[in-house]
Amino acid sequence: MAAPQSRLNIYDAVAANRWRTVALITVFTGLLIALGYAVGEVFAPGGGVAMVPAALGLSGVSATASYFAGDKLVLAQSQARELAPGEETQLRNIVDTLSIGLGIPPPRIYLIDDTAPNAFATGRDPKHASIAVTRGLLDKLDRTELEGVIAHELSHVGNHDIRVMLLVTVLVGTIALLSDWMFRSFAFGGGRRGRDRGGGGGIVLIIAIALAILTPIIATLIQLAVSRQREYLADASGALLTRFPPGLASALRKIAADKEALEVANKATASLYFANPLKDAPRAMDGLFDTHPPIAERIRRLEAM
Amino acid sequence: MEILIPLVVIALIVVFVIGLYNRLVTMRQRVREAWADIDVQLKRRWDLIPNLIETVKGYAAHERQTFEAVTQARSAAMAAAQSGSPEQRAQAETALGGALLNLRAVAEAYPQLQAVQEFKDLSENLRDTEDKIAFARRFYNGNVRDYNTAIQTVPTNILAGMFGFTAEQYFEMTDLAQREAPKVSFS
Repeated sequence: MAAPQSRLNIYDAVAANRWRTVALITVFTGLLIALGYAVGEVFAPGGGVAMVPAALGLSGVSATASYFAGDKLVLAQSQARELAPGEETQLRNIVDTLSIGLGIPPPRIYLIDDTAPNAFATGRDPKHASIAVTRGLLDKLDRTELEGVIAHELSHVGNHDIRVMLLVTVLVGTIALLSDWMFRSFAFGGGRRGRDRGGGGGIVLIIAIALAILTPIIATLIQLAVSRQREYLADASGALLTRFPPGLASALRKIAADKEALEVANKATASLYFANPLKDAPRAMDGLFDTHPPIAERIRRLEAM
Repeated sequence: MEILIPLVVIALIVVFVIGLYNRLVTMRQRVREAWADIDVQLKRRWDLIPNLIETVKGYAAHERQTFEAVTQARSAAMAAAQSGSPEQRAQAETALGGALLNLRAVAEAYPQLQAVQEFKDLSENLRDTEDKIAFARRFYNGNVRDYNTAIQTVPTNILAGMFGFTAEQYFEMTDLAQREAPKVSFS
């Protein structure tokens, strides 16, 4: 066999993701500073500057925590349990074999006891990675389809998507939390102070409210855009890894036909999964608020390979 | 001020060259690491063979020629790993793959053998190992291709020539079963 003609270079993807991580953290930090400043101004006019370090501290702590423990949190939330040695040997063989093809250490394997077919990968780098599959995925897919899905998930691991996704998920959570506090501050302290201040305070309040509404939306949009784009990429590099795009396409078709929602998934973890686990957005076009690209489009791209 | 500009330019060039050099070293290192993956799997295949032959012998004792061919191919492959060039090794391993394919074909003719759990396990192990060889080879060849491209293209080729980076060989096993490995099933 000749050397592979087309191969997405995983090392380039890793480098791109390193920049993406830096850019994302910068943008999120900017959003947090704006939000923190606005919160401070509402609480006490001129006190906005004091809130900036607090907001930065909060995002720093949550980013660090998610970097080191986020994968365990996500796995626990999904009620995944680690496979015992000798359990599900076919799955383990597939994971080991495809890991060799990508040149990464085989990740730890978790099982979610749910009949909805789905899977996700998480962790901070290939050495600290886990992939979780549902019981339904093992039962409903045949070997080549399973290989397609695992190859997709391992691509996320190999090119460090998992780290970006983990950080984004937690940072979006932090912003949501902060804007939540802000609304509470309007309800209790902020409103009264605003009246004392008169007209000038009113403008500050309006800006603050606008920020409180807008930042979580912007943050969510960034998260969704980031996750949709990388699903296509992982499909492509997964198909290149197995050399068999129809396997992944057929898995996608089966999962699309399966109308069951995955109970352990929620809005925060949905974007991590192989296919949208909530089954709430069956649209033909890339919608602004979808966590995943439409399956029909993913299949079309695979078949065009 | 005038002296600063050439100094900055020189400094930038030095940094650039160091970066290129380190990239070449990293790529060569990846090729070597990828080679270790192939090596592990090829050895695992050798280890499976004695048991496999013993098991098949129990049901098809008179197929001696087939067994001998496999055993010989295995010895040749082990010898090539000790002393041969990568090309010779690839040839020997390809021959071993062919001999194993024959053994499987022979085993097909013995229904009782197909029902033995030990044979099933060994066959599955063998299949899995050959899958892994194929994937390890693919990863290795991909890395070799990236590295060889780098040392042949401007500007890294200049550095490669200066510091003695030479092209690595692909590990080509003109394969019989492995190309379609995912669909092969004999259980």
